[in-house]
Amino acid sequence: MGEADPLVIGVGNAYGRDDAAGLSAARRLCEEAGAPAVLREVSGEGTALIDAWAGAGTVVLIDAVSSGAPPGTIVCVDARAASVPAGWFRYSTHAFGVAEAIELARVLGRLPARLIVVGIEGARFDAGVGLSPEVARAVEEVARRGLGAIATEGAARSGGTEAAAGDRLRPGDTTTG
Amino acid sequence: MTPKTRTIKVSALARVEGEGAIYVKVQGDRVVDVRLNIYEPPRFFEAFLRGRRFTEAPDITARICGICPVAYQMSACAAMEDACGVAVDDPLQALRRLLYCGEWIQSHALHVYMLHAPDFLGYDSVIEMARDHRQAVERGLELKQVGNELMAILGGRAVHPINVRVGGFYRAPTRGELAEVGERLRWARDAALETVRWVAGFEFPEFEQDYEFVALRQPGEYAIDRGRIVSDRGLDIAVQAYGDHFVEEHLPHSNALHSRLRAGGAYFVGPLARYSLNFDALSALAQQAARDAGLGPVCRNPFRSIIVRAVELLYACDEALRLIGQYARPDAPAHDVLPRAGTGHGATEAPRGLIYHRYTVDREGSIAEAKIVPPTSQNQGQIEADLRRLVQASLALPDDQLTWRCEQAVRNYDPCISCATHFLRLHIERG
Repeated sequence: MGEADPLVIGVGNAYGRDDAAGLSAARRLCEEAGAPAVLREVSGEGTALIDAWAGAGTVVLIDAVSSGAPPGTIVCVDARAASVPAGWFRYSTHAFGVAEAIELARVLGRLPARLIVVGIEGARFDAGVGLSPEVARAVEEVARRGLGAIATEGAARSGGTEAAAGDRLRPGDTTTG
Repeated sequence: MTPKTRTIKVSALARVEGEGAIYVKVQGDRVVDVRLNIYEPPRFFEAFLRGRRFTEAPDITARICGICPVAYQMSACAAMEDACGVAVDDPLQALRRLLYCGEWIQSHALHVYMLHAPDFLGYDSVIEMARDHRQAVERGLELKQVGNELMAILGGRAVHPINVRVGGFYRAPTRGELAEVGERLRWARDAALETVRWVAGFEFPEFEQDYEFVALRQPGEYAIDRGRIVSDRGLDIAVQAYGDHFVEEHLPHSNALHSRLRAGGAYFVGPLARYSLNFDALSALAQQAARDAGLGPVCRNPFRSIIVRAVELLYACDEALRLIGQYARPDAPAHDVLPRAGTGHGATEAPRGLIYHRYTVDREGSIAEAKIVPPTSQNQGQIEADLRRLVQASLALPDDQLTWRCEQAVRNYDPCISCATHFLRLHIERG
């Protein structure tokens, strides 16, 4: 993997209904990228995430979230500039999950140069396969926006300092599928 | 006069795998109610398996948990091979054990460093702990990474291995591939030894309990992937007899089934049980490290489970190196397994304790019935009993300290609520 190639990490469980949104969106984003990108799929266990992005330059991490927003809502955070709310990932089955991994990596100096976290609000996280319709539409919306736009937008929005956790994509970009 | 009621509630228990809650009610100086509430939606994997091919069970059940997929795969394989009348022996058996060592290294490093150590050092999480104990946290992450590497070589990837099949593997590694991870394992063995010394220096409350320990036992080895089910009170049965001796009950306050011995009550599975029933089968290095850490051949204080877990971490590294040293690549990566109508049973030692699978398969190889009993649901009754005794003995503590102690007591078991279908929050009611 070259540092120049963006790394797309899909997080989730293919048998946890909307918990698979991150996996699906990461695959679709890479399919539509039109440029070299590296795809990795992980379950969301935090220490594995820190290993997964080791050595990477730009990382886009996509996971299903549960923040109380309408299902299908897409949120985007520049994790270098802002914390990711741990409460988003309350349906993760992992005690040490995405938010914890990011904060531990911050303490240890192990964050990648650029880390954009994309959250897709899920509707149901019980055992089973298949995404809810609004979540499936959000997955396609992420792919439509494109990897370049998501990666650069996160950086531009941070301005190095200003991005707020939980910022949604620009008006018109937020999708409630 | 009505006794004063005191309630302690942890409604979002942190640093356990999954979701759940603890509720404790105290009236006067007496604990009157303790409940481990599990409210994560039940996972209907058993129903999901019905109608699927017998060969699919290892990969489907591996998805129940991202921390211990190998435990599910190995137990499912063992049960299906039992149903189909196939015995898998060395060198494939040794390869399975090696893969399992990788999972033990991963899981124990995660729990010891990321989830349990903060309790003993007074931090809310490993994130705060890392600011003051950076070197230790880095060591824990690196140890876990070595487990990942072993899993990746044998399982095809570090999480949810894809190289496991009923009858063996899709591909067996070369000696050269294993030699590479061998170098890393030598470092990990030293780091694990350092881990034992580190956690042995923590302070532990006096809390010796009269548990009935249950674990696998296999002559000549520290049982991980096979063996008979034994207890320290005389139980000694084949895995096929599991259902004759253990029963699962549904309690209203939990989504998870509670297991108990038909002839008794709650019992204890996991590192403390394995260690106490199989100390003589540990490697000399692991036995010596345990003695140096102040442990005897039996440990009945669950707070010291962090030391036992570290000893098992050391053993897993040591055992992996032994297995790699004697490895000869098999002629074929798997035995052919043809379906036949029948019921099969499998049990192995997940990092958190005994896990049991039973499948009934028709003659075409379609699964008609599945039963999966993970370690956390077996330990639930014992966790509640621990909490009851712990709170009773600690009533003088203020609520915040008592709550902390209760959470710590639950984490002694490294409960995996995702596996057990449940999870945790704490509520202590005093009155």
